[in-house]
Amino acid sequence: MFAPRPPIPDAAVPELIPLIAHPRPDAIFAYRQGQPVSAAQFLGQAMQLAALLPRVPLLNACADRYHFAVGLAAAIIAGTRSLLPPTHTPEVIRFLRTTDAGAVCLTDAEDCPIDLPQLRYSELISGSPEHWPPPNIAASQAIAEVFTSGTTGVPVAHRKHWGLLAQCVGIEAARIALERERPATLLATVPAQHMYGLETSVLLAMHSGATLCAAHPFFPADICSSLAMIPQPRILVSTPVHLRALLASAAPVPPLALVLSATAPLDQQLARDVESRLGVPLLEIYGSTETGQIASRRPAQEVAWQLWDEVRLEQRGDSTWAVGGHVEVPTALGDHIELIDAQHFQLGARLQDVVNIAGKRNSIAYLNHQLLAIPGVRDGAFFLPEQDEARDSRVVRLSAAVVAPGLDAATIFNYLRERVDPVFLPRPLLMLKALPRTSSGKLPLQVLRALLTHPDSGASSFG
Amino acid sequence: MADVDEAARPRVAPKTADSGAILQELAALITTALNLEISPDQIDPDAPLYREGLGLDSIDILEIAVVVAKRYDLQLKADSQENHQIFRSLRSLADYVERNAPAPHRRPK
Repeated sequence: MFAPRPPIPDAAVPELIPLIAHPRPDAIFAYRQGQPVSAAQFLGQAMQLAALLPRVPLLNACADRYHFAVGLAAAIIAGTRSLLPPTHTPEVIRFLRTTDAGAVCLTDAEDCPIDLPQLRYSELISGSPEHWPPPNIAASQAIAEVFTSGTTGVPVAHRKHWGLLAQCVGIEAARIALERERPATLLATVPAQHMYGLETSVLLAMHSGATLCAAHPFFPADICSSLAMIPQPRILVSTPVHLRALLASAAPVPPLALVLSATAPLDQQLARDVESRLGVPLLEIYGSTETGQIASRRPAQEVAWQLWDEVRLEQRGDSTWAVGGHVEVPTALGDHIELIDAQHFQLGARLQDVVNIAGKRNSIAYLNHQLLAIPGVRDGAFFLPEQDEARDSRVVRLSAAVVAPGLDAATIFNYLRERVDPVFLPRPLLMLKALPRTSSGKLPLQVLRALLTHPDSGASSFG
Repeated sequence: MADVDEAARPRVAPKTADSGAILQELAALITTALNLEISPDQIDPDAPLYREGLGLDSIDILEIAVVVAKRYDLQLKADSQENHQIFRSLRSLADYVERNAPAPHRRPK
């Protein structure tokens, strides 16, 4: 399976692209709890849901990946956008209510806490309607909005169009040499709402004729039992955090055809361990919410990344920008990039303001805005502690220093939980009488880091 | 509750004694694995592990699953209805390990 093919020449994006690429109505579109769902059944349910959807933006919160795919397809058919924020904290939902007035939430949870009008998946889908052939969708249709944390304290929306998404995952399908004659089944440990999960666990299946697996396994044993319920060839779509746990727990992993990893850098030793222990090639993908995936490499064997065809990198001042190909808007990348040639590059350190905690990205500036927005907080700053990555493979956590006389740590944590994803909660949170600002008001990183080892200035720590 | 290992245990040590020992051992394993800034005996055995209690998140829970797999030869699973119950507190996790780990791994080292 793993033999990269050259891309199809002159692969100009057509104006209309079928909703799914499965060749026959009885092709298997998905597995749910070990049971196959045909392409015609998937389309039948998507058409049924599309007829019921109000013509307003749809926050698709379905945890079951098949339900998510039906919701996504229905929104596409109905001509409305799917809203895919990376986290559903009350603050993010309040923001969506202001920017996408009238938005509704599609949920398959028994008890969904999202404060929007709710459409319950199980109440909208009934029977086993079938539909064939797949409808054609205009390449120019904006089908989804994904979000990044801006630097000004409010999320930034990025529109994604059907044709460019198809182009992106089409190149991915060629890179991993998916064969239409022998479709692979994709099992993902990442949510479908994440850009990598959207592309590689849902859109890749829709556009290449592969089969998606509804499960979203978490523990190593769950990954193994989910894999055991689907046929070969199996592709595991995962992250460094999950792969490390999978190997460390020594759970018995069924045979695989390929492992994909993204969201955070994978160190070469872990990549080699995955390849040797699971007896399977591992392909790493580089991308971002703004650009989608733009490069890949096989980290057990190579350091350099190979760009997606037609995507180019340009050096503008201190930043490297991704332009062209499926990239919707020229985007400054959050990493130091060392260009090798027009198609290859090496990754350096992350730029200081951008943090990646276990695959979730945020900016220090955004987090500081959320901290300073808490009533009673006078001053405060998040920062990354020093980490010796060679010695410590644990997920790095942020620290924060705060000046908030009259507030206790529990109150600050309660506010932060409302506003940011839990992985960004500070460990520790240092309560100070004043921040060690320089005379010009700056907070040098080394000085903040020194607070962790020499907690003077009357600091007390929590977390 | 039936316990196949009952005969092997000293009569003076009721079930809670063993799970108490596992609880202490788990507290030490967790504080080490997660690099927590507290000592094992500072963990309230009945406080929630998530959020307001110990403040752990899903990445920590995955780390705990690895620790439990290595030390007790027990693979935790999310698909059981029990899962929320298991991670309700350190005590409920210790009870789960006590009931489900293969016998030779249950004795604290």
